[in-house]
Amino acid sequence: MGKENKEMTGAEIFWECLIREGVEVVFGYPGGYTLPIYDALTRYQDKVRHVLTRHEQGATHMADGFARASGKVGVAMATSGPGATNMITGLATAMMDSSPIVCVTGQVPTSVIGTDAFQETDITGATLPVTKHSYLVSDIRDLASSIREAFFIARTGRPGPVLIDIPKDIQNAKTEFVYPTNPIILPGYHPPRRATGEQVSKALELINEAKRPVILAGHGVLISGTSNQVRELAEKGNIPVATTLLGIGSIPDQHPLNLGMMGMHGKAQANHAVQNADLLIACGMRFDDRVIGKVSTYSPKSKKIHIDIDAVELNKNIKVDLAINADLAVVLRQIIPGVKARKHAYWTRKIKEWEKDADRRDILNKKTDVLIGAQVINKIWEGTKGKAVVVSDVGQNQMIEAQYYGHDEPHTHITSGGLGTMGFSLPAAIGTSFAVKDREIWVVVGDGGIQMTISELATAVQENANIKIAIINNGYLGMVRQWQQLFYNARYVETPIYSPDFVKVAEAYRMPGYRVDKVEDIIPTMRKAQAHQGPVLIEFVVEKHDTVYPMVPAGEPLHEMVRRPHAQSDAKDN
Amino acid sequence: MQHTIIALVEDKPGVLNRIVSLFRRRNYNIKSLAVGPCETPGVSRLTIVTDENDSIRQNLVCNNLLKLINVIEVEDVTNVPTVIRENVLIKLQVNAANREELKNIARERNARIVDEGERSMILEVTEGVGKIQATIDILRPYGILEIVRSGKIAITRGDNGSEIKNGVVGKGTDSSRATEQVNNYLY
Ligand SMILES: Cc1ncc(C[n+]2csc(CCOP(=O)(O)OP(=O)(O)O)c2C)c(N)n1
Ligand SMILES: [Mg+2]
Repeated sequence: MGKENKEMTGAEIFWECLIREGVEVVFGYPGGYTLPIYDALTRYQDKVRHVLTRHEQGATHMADGFARASGKVGVAMATSGPGATNMITGLATAMMDSSPIVCVTGQVPTSVIGTDAFQETDITGATLPVTKHSYLVSDIRDLASSIREAFFIARTGRPGPVLIDIPKDIQNAKTEFVYPTNPIILPGYHPPRRATGEQVSKALELINEAKRPVILAGHGVLISGTSNQVRELAEKGNIPVATTLLGIGSIPDQHPLNLGMMGMHGKAQANHAVQNADLLIACGMRFDDRVIGKVSTYSPKSKKIHIDIDAVELNKNIKVDLAINADLAVVLRQIIPGVKARKHAYWTRKIKEWEKDADRRDILNKKTDVLIGAQVINKIWEGTKGKAVVVSDVGQNQMIEAQYYGHDEPHTHITSGGLGTMGFSLPAAIGTSFAVKDREIWVVVGDGGIQMTISELATAVQENANIKIAIINNGYLGMVRQWQQLFYNARYVETPIYSPDFVKVAEAYRMPGYRVDKVEDIIPTMRKAQAHQGPVLIEFVVEKHDTVYPMVPAGEPLHEMVRRPHAQSDAKDN
Repeated sequence: MQHTIIALVEDKPGVLNRIVSLFRRRNYNIKSLAVGPCETPGVSRLTIVTDENDSIRQNLVCNNLLKLINVIEVEDVTNVPTVIRENVLIKLQVNAANREELKNIARERNARIVDEGERSMILEVTEGVGKIQATIDILRPYGILEIVRSGKIAITRGDNGSEIKNGVVGKGTDSSRATEQVNNYLY
């Protein structure tokens, strides 16, 4: 106690508070208006590790990756002005995907706020729509409680990013440091918990009467740690599970009830099941437009139960029959005991039929001289026994990863879903490497996406982050090229993309780099990468004009998928 | 259709900005907004009138508001018994010929004369006591110099204090409660 009541600067209080939140690593980039915080860091380096990134966007994605992999709050730091604005993409990414991060920015002194002082940006104003909450600390006495609240808000309820803007004079000001120990009371913040008894019995009635039910598992399943419960619900009622992109990992890939990913590039069987279902049980997902296709034709024959912790998501995109605004973990505990064992023989058979149809059009079976993205991912899966944490970027590489890397456990698939932020994967994987020590970490990224945050290769080497970077080089901004191919008469405008020699880039950053263009070289090269403790880059030179199938064109009915033409796969029709 | 929402919010810097930003971001229209302190220290009370036809979207307005950390309670009182008031000040051009006529109109329309000058006069009309729009229409031909409106403020009828219980939103949209439409003269 005596030690606590000591006079401290704002900068010292900042670190004291972070340590009390259990923070062991922060990702940041210094500048004029965070100098006091950085100077104070010298006295806390035995407890907190600061990772110097190469860009503040990278810092935010690292914090995000750390948060998604660990379930803890990730922390990123930047100076005022340009440092702070560089964080906006990372905040928006975390906001869309409900990732708990706390971003700390320096600010010009309170005496000059509002005068357009050097490197002044109204960052709390600018980030209003992309933060769950934010603080501009204008009194040293509010600093400790603001930090404490920020962490609390970031990790509770529907998690999300919180920004704390700290003016330089507050960092320098001194006050007696008394760490608040009272419970945090925020009069306007009460994340919901239970479903009402009425809701539980209505849900059970719907579930036990359904003949063609499907569980839709979203990111909320992973966040609430309910993958086991979802599986229990599925097994007890014999209910197949379709996942969203961010829900991947909520049920083991090879589980007989796993339909796979649904939506725009979802598995045909998952989309058909959704469209033909008579009951959807949506758990911690938000009926994103990439998941539902055309609203008016979405799952027309089904009753819908929607469980989400965020009331705003209920009845937003899809009108449901039973909206339950509560904590999924609690609701599942309330519901599961009442679920009756069922066979659903017709439904199971129907799903098997759709499944078979999908197999026939699988690109994996195609014999070619050129590498195909799907084969690369499949080999990475094989070479890691499906046990790696894979951080994917955005584009075709992301969709192929989602389709061909079978994830069996929660939090082993990390990607920017809601915002689709190219450049996310490399920094997010670096962040992941601070949370995950007992698994391999692989990055799957396009030739476009890697060049968005390629400077973080330096961070990876500096920290000796044990990540393996697989660049799927198709010479194109592939996903945009695919849309041009399908919807703009194959006019490839500004989508061919020039890249450096990635192996030489790796060399320049002083890390091992390999190029692979034959299937038989994939596994041996992976073995070399795996043998090296630290970052390794592998460039996979793949077919330039491959297309991700199935595809539901934006705004089209979910069951009207554009399928891979038979001519493009060597598989026989049974 | 216009909806009237009451919100209790923490009186902290930037809270109004968060609320207005929310309306802009979600593409909801604000017809009027009135803010001020309420019976609890540290808490501000807002009356927001929105213009939202879709009842589902209207419910989302309330839920979105409630989602803001600094917003304590929200209630859509559109269909519950309420007293609603709005003040308007109207500055009129006046001359010797029409001064008496205007005073008569003011009396008939329940408007108070709050200032009188050589060539102008300020009338105060309170919605709920007089009718603002009708009064403005009548006065317009005489020459209106300026109009300022306060925005609507609303309070629910009955013996209870704030009827709003934490986290309960859109109670007013529950049709069983919408028995008495005392405020329908407003619309
Ligand atoms: C920051 C950002 N800018 C632009 C886009 C639009 N976009 C989506 S996918 C894509 C192409 C990605 O190309 P690449 O990284 O090479 O991956 P590929 O699709 O070829 O696998 C683009 C440009 C985006 N998602 N993010
Ligand atoms: Mg590419």
